[in-house]
Parts: sequence; structure tokens; C-alpha cells
Amino acid sequence: MQFGVFSVGDIAPDPITGYTYSEAERIQNIIKVAKRADEVGLDVFALGEHHNPPFVPSSPTTLLAFIAAETRRIVLSTSVTLMTTNDPVRIAEDYAMLQHVAKGRLDLMVGRGNTVPVYPWFGKDIRQGVALALENYNLLHRLWREDVVDWEGRFRTPLQGFTSTPRPLDDVPPFVWHGSIRTPEIAEQAAYYGNGFFANHILAPNFAFKPLVDLYRRRFEHYGHGTADQAIVGLGGMSFIARRSQDAVNAFRPYYENYPIFRGSRLEDHMAATPITIGSPQEVVDKVLTFREGFGDYQRQLFALDGLALPVEVALEQVELLGTEVVPVLRKEMESRRAPGVPDAPTHASLVAAKYGDAEPRQPRPNPNRGDNLSGTSPYQDSDPAIAAHFPEAF
Amino acid sequence: MNQPDPIAGHRVPDIGRALTIVAVSAGVSDPSSTRLLADRIAQKSIDALNAAGLRAVVTTIELGPLAVDIARSIVTGYPNEAAQAAIDRLADADAIIASTPVYKAGVSGLFKSFADLIDNDLLIAKPVVLAATGGTSRHAMVVDDQLRPLFAFLRALPVPTSLYAAPEDWGSPELGRRIERTAAELALILRSGVATQIAEDNWAGYQHQFGGSATRAERGIDDVDFDSDLMRLAAGGKPGSRAALRDAVRLDDPA
Repeated sequence: MQFGVFSVGDIAPDPITGYTYSEAERIQNIIKVAKRADEVGLDVFALGEHHNPPFVPSSPTTLLAFIAAETRRIVLSTSVTLMTTNDPVRIAEDYAMLQHVAKGRLDLMVGRGNTVPVYPWFGKDIRQGVALALENYNLLHRLWREDVVDWEGRFRTPLQGFTSTPRPLDDVPPFVWHGSIRTPEIAEQAAYYGNGFFANHILAPNFAFKPLVDLYRRRFEHYGHGTADQAIVGLGGMSFIARRSQDAVNAFRPYYENYPIFRGSRLEDHMAATPITIGSPQEVVDKVLTFREGFGDYQRQLFALDGLALPVEVALEQVELLGTEVVPVLRKEMESRRAPGVPDAPTHASLVAAKYGDAEPRQPRPNPNRGDNLSGTSPYQDSDPAIAAHFPEAF
Repeated sequence: MNQPDPIAGHRVPDIGRALTIVAVSAGVSDPSSTRLLADRIAQKSIDALNAAGLRAVVTTIELGPLAVDIARSIVTGYPNEAAQAAIDRLADADAIIASTPVYKAGVSGLFKSFADLIDNDLLIAKPVVLAATGGTSRHAMVVDDQLRPLFAFLRALPVPTSLYAAPEDWGSPELGRRIERTAAELALILRSGVATQIAEDNWAGYQHQFGGSATRAERGIDDVDFDSDLMRLAAGGKPGSRAALRDAVRLDDPA
């Protein structure tokens, strides 16, 4: 089972000192958190995508590429990549490039995004959000699996003879998680493709997302990817850890009570009613184990712990406590409870092994430029000659 | 559950089961005239249903004691335990009596805040009696101008006669007659089974939220229509015609 950190890169004034990080500081702090997560042995660092202050990561692939260069082992991911307002062609290109740069330590989580004005800013209509996410992913899926794509849909200009470059590393696309908290169509799409399904698991009552996860599991089985309990499920969650329970609550309280979305709420209510985990390492372990009881064996648990205006020193300490005192226990406990046959979350190595066995992975080598900046109807030396590009007629 | 009705195709409630009516009162004093009005409607409704051969049980949700729970639920974004319990009672009710004071020429903010917590599809085709009290008869139209559109949005089934009680009405037999008329309307709607029939026969046609609180809410694989245009798009995208897909665009709650 994978454990890690996810961040949306929010900035807010520290309620104790009044200090607000600059964007420059927050960007460097995100990098520090990711590096520390790698150092303490966490499995995943995921970064959100936002296009409005007070969030800083508008360009997750740029930031993750740098983090990839600065880390050794950790898998990089997103939380989430906007599948509605981004051009799926650019997602295919940017994340394939990032996958190469990160040498395969990459997957991504795609989602709709719920910031209303972002849709019109990018020329989209939020009321079409579900259809946009579904159609765009269908195209992305093909762009990473077919050398040459002809395509026509509702939301994007048609493609004729298009090859998304670079081809995915080893011709194995990054694993995709579909993030959703309310939309059965998104769960269905994840199940149809055999992709992962992730519920952010915050800001809602305990097990509010279970019906959706169960729907995904049943449909995963329906589409023949395995049994329902072998479906690839990820959960989020907020946490704040201190060695003594009351210290955790006391230290976290001002950050909770002053954060815009929690004003007027009570921390104790929130702790009792939702999956948030505030307390000693053992309390966090115990609470996370209840997630498994409710949702079944799952593959990925991410914690949001660097937001809510926490100073970076505190966030780094949180990563440290998570990596050294919580996750090692959780790994053992989860492993000992896990039913036989439940797989781990796919990684690049496991996907390469599944596709090629002991054979060498495909390494696409382009045909030469014909003089028109195109490589002809078969873009790669080993492209299937039966699948030829049909370019649009220019004149 | 249902037994044949003389009118072909209609299903009438099983008279062996007592109907449940939930009165929601947003009055804040004890006793309040808003609660008093709800109680009178409740008693007349029981009488009218009994006369029609149906048994009914009325319980009341006082919103005053839930005020803090309702406010916290609004700011946290989901109903807390106490608010959810009240919502569940509405979902399970056969009919609702909604009774609110008029403050500042409008329905009580407490009442509206509670209504704001309700799933959009919780009260589909649910018979509702609309009632309000106020300090002057000048606000009598608040019931039809504000309560009725609210329950129209929720696609509930408000009975035709609205009730409003100003101070002078408490001495007027006219109010009693209006209450009796309202109760008779409610009894007829309940006895006809039309509310159940509207909800059951057309459920898929309304917009729903997966995993919601409505009694018929989609909660699992058996409740979901996998043949919709969006679901076909989810399963790799063979959407039929582009026009069909255009029509499938759903007005999603962006929040």
C-alpha cells in the first residue's frame, strides 16, 4: 500500500504570527515538503492544479519536474489535473514529458475542478463539466496508446493524423486515477478503463463516499479487470500529528478555526464527523484503519498536511512524523489485514512488467523529417503500417 | 403495500399502515402561534384522513432547538447528526406541514436555512401544507409568494389552500374553515396515492444526486442507469448522435 502527501498549494495568513507567505516562498516550501516526503520514505507526493490566488500551483508539471530532479524514490502525482479546462492534447504531451523526465516516477489524478470562474476563463462551461471530463479523458486515453489518432468530439477541434509526442516512457502510459466525490459517471469511467478511483475524503461525513467507491468497485469487476475487491482505490484525508493527542489538537486549532472554509465550524465536531485525523500517531493509525474497514482494502492513502497556513517548519515536522511514526505502523497493520489477491497500486515498473514480461520495452524512434516537419504517414520506424496518418487537407 | 383502486391504474395507500405526517415549525417561543397553527392543521388532517378510512400519525420538528445545528451545518457544508436526523424524518414522511413565522416581510431565516440543507430531490411529489403566522394580515401573501415557490423548486406537491394566521384570525371561525379545507385537500391527495405514483413513475426523470438523502436516492449499482448518454460517454464514448449528447449535458451543481 502506498502512503503519501497531497497538497493544493494554498496560501493563507498564519493566524498566530499574521505572516503570509509570498508565492515565491510557498513554491520553495512545496519543494521542501516533497523532498522531505521522499527522504522519510513516503511513497507519493501529489500536487494540485489551481488557476486563481491564493493557490500557487497553476503549472504542476513544471513544479513536479523540478521535484523529480531533486528526489530519488517518491512517485509524483497530481491532486488533481483538471480534465475539463485543460486541452487533453496538452495533458498528453506535458505529462508524457514529465513521465520521461521523472524516469517513470509519475502517475496522475484527473478531476473536474469546482472553481466556477476557471471554466469561463478557459473558454469552457461548468454545466458541461461532466461531459467535458469524460470526453477529454477518452481522448487522452487514446493519445497515450495510439501512435496516430484521428478524432472528433464535441469540445475540441478535431484531430487528423495526430501523434502526441513524446510517446509515453517505454510506451507505457502513466497510471491514471479518476478523482471524484459525487459523480457516478466518473466512477464508471475509471472502472471502464481499469484505472484507479480516488475520493478526496475530506470535508464530508465519514464514509460519505463509500457508495461511489462501491459503485466503482462493482463496475471494475463488471468490465473484467478483476474482482471488486481488487479495484484500485485511493483515499485522501487531512491530518495533524503530535506525540501527545492534546498537543495536536491545541496546535492545530488556530489553523483550523481561522481557515476560511472552517470558520464557524467546531474542530471537535469535524474530528468526530469526518475522516480528518488529529492526534497522536496511534490515534491517526487507528482512524486510518477504520477507513480500511469501511472501504475495504485499498491501495493509496494521501494526507493533506501542508495547507491551512501552517508554517513550513511545522509542515516538514508533520511529514517527518507521518513518515517515521505513522506510516511504518500503518504499513504493517494494513499488510497483515489485507485479503489475498488484493494488488498494489500500479507503478511504472509493474506496468512495464505487465506489458512486456521479460522482453525489452518498445522505444519509439521517429522516421525522418520529410522536409515538411512531418515524418510521414507512419511516424515511427516500428509504427504499424496499417495505421496510417490521414492529415487534414490544407488547400 | 398498495391495493387496487376502483380507478384503474391508481395505487392507493395501504390503509393497514398509519401515514406519517411531519410538521416542521420554525416558531421560536413556546408555545408559539406558528406551532399552534401547525398543531391545528395536524389535528384536522388526522380527522380528515380518519374520515377517509386512513390512519395517520403526526410528529413535529421544532427548528428552534436545532438552530445551532442548522447554522453549523450551513457553514461546514454538510448536515450534522441532529440536522440529518431531521432531514431523514422528512424523507420518510408521507406528508409535511410547513409552518413558519413571518419576519421582516419574509419567511423566517431559520426555516429557510433548514430548507437550504435539504437535498433537491428529497421532497419530490411530497404533499406539503404551507402555513405561516405574522403580526399583521398585510403579510398574508408571504405563504404564496415565498413558501410556495420554495416547495415548487423542491418539486414537492403543495396543497392548493395556503394558510396564514394574523392575530385577529385566532378569533375567527374563518381560519378554522380554511384549515379544514386544507386538511381535506391533503387527505384527498394522500388517499389518492397520486403523490407516491408521481414519484415512483417519474423518479428517473428528475435530477438526482448520487448517494443523497432522498428515500429513492441512487445508492448503488442497481439504482444507476448505465444507458444514459453520459454513462455511455464514460464507457469509452460511443455517445450515439452528437445531438443526443448535447441534450445529455447536465446542469451540475458547481459547488
